Amino acid sequence: MIQIEHLTKRYGQFTAVDDITFTVQPGTVVGFLGPNGAGKSTALRMVTGLTPPTSGRATVMGHAYRDLPNPGRHVGVMLDASAQHSGRTGREVLTIAALHMGLDKGQVVTALERVGLTDDEAGRRVGNYSLGMRQRLGLAAALLGDPQVLILDEPANGLDPQGIHWMRGLLRDFADGGGTVLLSSHLLTEVQVIADEIVMIGRGRIVAQGTTTDLVGARGTRVGAVDAAALDALATALRARDLDVTSSAGVLLVNAAPEVIGRVALEERVVLTELSAGGAGSLEEMFLELTAATSREGAAA
Amino acid sequence: MTTVWTTGLSDRSTAGPTTDDSTETASSPRPGSRRSLDPAPAASLAQLVRIELRKAVDTRAGRWLLIVLCVVVVLACGALAIWGGEGERTVTSYLGLSVMPMAILLPVLGIMSATQEWSQRTGLTTFTLEPRRGRVVTAKVVAAALLGLIVIAVVFATSTLLALTTGGELNFGAISVPGVILMLTIFVLQGVAFGLALLNTPLAIVGALVLPTVWTILSSAFPTVAKAAVWLDLNQVTGPLVDGKMNGADWAHLATGVGFWVVLPLAIGTWRVLTREVK
Repeated sequence: MIQIEHLTKRYGQFTAVDDITFTVQPGTVVGFLGPNGAGKSTALRMVTGLTPPTSGRATVMGHAYRDLPNPGRHVGVMLDASAQHSGRTGREVLTIAALHMGLDKGQVVTALERVGLTDDEAGRRVGNYSLGMRQRLGLAAALLGDPQVLILDEPANGLDPQGIHWMRGLLRDFADGGGTVLLSSHLLTEVQVIADEIVMIGRGRIVAQGTTTDLVGARGTRVGAVDAAALDALATALRARDLDVTSSAGVLLVNAAPEVIGRVALEERVVLTELSAGGAGSLEEMFLELTAATSREGAAA
Repeated sequence: MTTVWTTGLSDRSTAGPTTDDSTETASSPRPGSRRSLDPAPAASLAQLVRIELRKAVDTRAGRWLLIVLCVVVVLACGALAIWGGEGERTVTSYLGLSVMPMAILLPVLGIMSATQEWSQRTGLTTFTLEPRRGRVVTAKVVAAALLGLIVIAVVFATSTLLALTTGGELNFGAISVPGVILMLTIFVLQGVAFGLALLNTPLAIVGALVLPTVWTILSSAFPTVAKAAVWLDLNQVTGPLVDGKMNGADWAHLATGVGFWVVLPLAIGTWRVLTREVK
């Protein structure tokens, strides 16, 4: 279990992480979602004792990370897959980690197999690895000590779709076995396939929090109609029934089940061209807004 | 801390239903609560020293530094063995030739050990696996000194062997072997100290090798600097060590010199590593 309470980090005038509080329960995967520079990495560094918080606290399995006698055996951490000595081989990186944890060489071999790095790849220097291979190596190091908690910063970065699918299975198994997973990502699509719960952060603050199904699934139903007039009529009718409607780019996003909307359309005699549940809906919009506000593309547009 | 752990763990064991165990043994090992029932002890300091020794030689940079050091020593000694005059092929001459490259390259070994955590960002891994950073610093200092001693022993053995096989005599006469070993160890530790204080490889190398030399040059130019140099010039205070003629004042000079060039940067470096944010 990971507990984060009122965690705050200030650098002079700049507040990187602003009073965030949430808990990751055993058996769940929590996705820490936010645009680049939102404070995700700073928060994860505070949880793992690398960055001293300005205020607030974080505990892992009931203890401050620094108080864990041999943290690698309880918490698997991958904060930056590229932060490895480029002159070391992948196997050597894991061997050093194993020495820290008091594990034997057999466990290094097991960890390499688990992430699908071949013997030949393990013997190459990390400087020659692709980003995807570094991510696998980082995951192998995190899993090495057979931990109960995983803390992963952007683990899907650099993985191909097949790699993401594989990681999703790996983390799912880990959580189903009672493990606790906290991972960060700047991609909503990535988080929504992996995480049970989402904590969305923007400019250091939590802006949305809840289960993935609540946030991504149930909220938005995309509705399209034959023409703009029909769409307007439908929107008016839906609003009259106290439903939350937002229109964007020729479609409506409605906070209601498809069935409810279908019935309204039938009553109003509007011909629908699209009616799909599970659109990311308001979360995606909020996320895009956040991203636009902080990203360079947003500033240029 | 131990008591905190036991209470935390007994909470967990009472919380977990006993049926957990049966399902766990039936299936493959899972990230369940089993491991948490026996808190894994932290790696011992000896283990951390072993890790740091390994990290010093398992990279290309570290390995090449040692290879270059050996090659330079062998070339220098070989040249002396081939072209040296009859009276020059003594153990003392061989040692004198080997000490010079060691005095320059051994501190770099210490520097790289200290800075790689930051320049290669491996600190992100090292300090999550061992959050008590002071232990890592201690291990680095001990490992660098040990590695230095191993290199010195090998080089000394080679020099003695060369001297004996080329007909030199085993007479250390003019130099004190323990003194030379102590001097080289001081240089290695100075490297670690500068590496920790500056946390940047090129800066630390320049600092550790150039600053003492600049000091020496300045002191030969200005008499006031020369007065202070008696106490603070690392090359000067280690001089009597090599000759094996240390008296009371020499020890005092050595102590202040080492205090200024080793202990002070080591203290600054330790403080920086303990408080710095690892990114």
